[in-house]
Amino acid sequence: MSDSIALRAEGLYKVFGKHADQAVSRLEEGASRDELGAGTTAAVIDASFEVQRGEIFVVMGLSGSGKSTLIRMLNGLHDVTAGTVEIGGDLITDIPAKKLRDIRRKRVSMVFQHFALLPHRTVLDNVAYGLEIQGMPKTERDAKAREVTGIVGLAGWEEKLPSQLSGGMQQRVGLARALAADTDVLLMDEAFSALDPLIRREMQEQLLELQATLGKTIIFITHDLNEAMFLGDRIAVMRDGRIVQIGSPEDILTDPANEYVEQFVADVDRTRVLTAESVMRKPRASVHPAAGPHVALKIMRDEQLSAVYVTKRDRTLIGWVTDRDALDLVRQGVTSLETIIRDNHGAVAKDTSLADLFIPVVEAQLPLAVIDERGRLVGVVPRVTLLSALGGEPETEASPRPDPLPTEVVDEALEAAVETGTIDAKEVQ
Amino acid sequence: MEFRIPFGTWIESGLDWIENNLSWLFDGLGSLYEGLYDAFNWIFAGPPALLVIAVIAVGALFARGWKFAVGTALGLLFVVGVDQWDNAMSSLALVIVSAFFALLVGLPLGIWAARNQHVSNVVKPVMDFLQTMPAFVYLIPAIGLFGIGVAPGIFATILFAIAPAVRLTELGIRGVDKEVVEAGQAFGAAPGRILRQIQLPLAMPSIMAGVNQVIMLSLSMVVIAGMVGAGGLGGDVTKSLSALNTALGVEAGVSVVILAIILDRFTGAFGMKRGLHLVRKLRGSASNGNGASDAAKQPA
Repeated sequence: MSDSIALRAEGLYKVFGKHADQAVSRLEEGASRDELGAGTTAAVIDASFEVQRGEIFVVMGLSGSGKSTLIRMLNGLHDVTAGTVEIGGDLITDIPAKKLRDIRRKRVSMVFQHFALLPHRTVLDNVAYGLEIQGMPKTERDAKAREVTGIVGLAGWEEKLPSQLSGGMQQRVGLARALAADTDVLLMDEAFSALDPLIRREMQEQLLELQATLGKTIIFITHDLNEAMFLGDRIAVMRDGRIVQIGSPEDILTDPANEYVEQFVADVDRTRVLTAESVMRKPRASVHPAAGPHVALKIMRDEQLSAVYVTKRDRTLIGWVTDRDALDLVRQGVTSLETIIRDNHGAVAKDTSLADLFIPVVEAQLPLAVIDERGRLVGVVPRVTLLSALGGEPETEASPRPDPLPTEVVDEALEAAVETGTIDAKEVQ
Repeated sequence: MEFRIPFGTWIESGLDWIENNLSWLFDGLGSLYEGLYDAFNWIFAGPPALLVIAVIAVGALFARGWKFAVGTALGLLFVVGVDQWDNAMSSLALVIVSAFFALLVGLPLGIWAARNQHVSNVVKPVMDFLQTMPAFVYLIPAIGLFGIGVAPGIFATILFAIAPAVRLTELGIRGVDKEVVEAGQAFGAAPGRILRQIQLPLAMPSIMAGVNQVIMLSLSMVVIAGMVGAGGLGGDVTKSLSALNTALGVEAGVSVVILAIILDRFTGAFGMKRGLHLVRKLRGSASNGNGASDAAKQPA
């Protein structure tokens, strides 16, 4: 079990000021943060969580919620007042300074909000900084730093000073420095918060790209919920020093633990967080390719559909057929569906975000098909479902829109009106 | 009106005790000061004045450029012209020796104070005391401890000039971006390494401002130290004061000003990072000049 866990925090407390230990026992007895009195500040209260290997774990909260203090306890920059932190199974709380430095060198590195580069050193020397402290010989560490500098997209900038780089590029140096140290755990403290929005987005995407190949364990601090939702495999929401909810982005969005989280997520861009999977409905019907047009037509009539998806026995999506095509076949006496199956079904993968569903949904002739990684039909997204998901309550069934009146009925009523002289005959034409 | 705190008497008897029991220490210090002073004085006053001026002017050229070099040469030639050259050089030697000792003690003390709050709490009032005490007062016990001559002048100058070295070093190190220091810690650097590779380099402008201040205060004190027989420009200033000799006083005084300006610009050059710029230029890294235009290009 411990193999898959990269970092574990248990019952972490950080109290600044006098009588810290007393404050912890009072908090344990249920005192609130405000009751502690002046001069004693509880920054982190009873924080416990486990981070899986290869996971991006986001800690999200507003300023003053204790998230920066929390992340600094994870590598011992702040001593804990109570509780324990383990990295890869090794305790890092209350250990000698020398041993702690050793763990910082090899196991956990950090990216800072304001980059924290050494201004008097070149980009290459900054990237190599962690390796230098590890004691790697110069030629070796330069080669490695050069490689990592290339990975973050800064090749050719090695000999510049940080002040000659833009903010986004400086943070790439910060990221490269942390990556070069080649630690399992990467702590990122508001790493992209100081960047302007476009660069921030670009950096977030680059981080995810890198993560896909490197598979680090990343603990990411942010106050930006959209960023948390975009990056996080799991998110811990902090408020007033306490972790109020830990869950996947969708959990947090669709099942907020309390009113605070609910208010918080109210502003989230749902289209980027929710996926096709989270809003899709069960497909109402599908047809097997071996079934004849009679069966298909009957299903469509029973379900009141004008078209239906065709799937194999294992639900692999093949295409779709319309009722008009099926009716033609029935009239011609053909017994196989093969000739009328259309394969332009436009199905989307189940992890497609809502933002990317709008165009396919509009283009699709019938509720948009959602398939899993093996091409099997797992659900459909009708247009109304997509719209109601944006409103924040995807569970509610949209009220069915009544079918238009049959034309004969309308004609009859209008003709009757003309005869009684209520309206002019020209208007009916 | 019988109430009187015999504070002065206490201090005096304390100093008497020191004189009687620690005379070996002050004798040793005195000889050290005098030895170093003689050495520097020999360097500056020994060779022909024009040769020394030429060397200093070349130094000025490297530190700040040709304007400063020309100014330095003209100023020093003026000093020679008013017949204050030997005095000026002996004052310069005094300043260098005093500033050297003030920095030798002051910089480590500043570093220590920056890293330890208790030390800082003690050092701060002591520095307040040293800086605000009227400068003349140091001279009296200095004569008692060292006798008349160069040594008491240097000793008093060190006490008077040490404060900025301590203060600005502490201030500079404390002012280093906390996040950068944290970065050093987060990557597992030991405290000594953080001091060497992060805190001192980043605090350097502030520390160099301290060095500059130490040298300027030393120069002003060296003149006062002329009263205890330290010689140099101070000796002539004191002489002109007692003889009401305006001509001599002005000539010695203007020489002090010239020396002060040259010293200030020299050390200021390093405070403004021009010194570092120069070092980099000498190393031949040519990439520096075109950095700004390159920074505009984004990587593909």
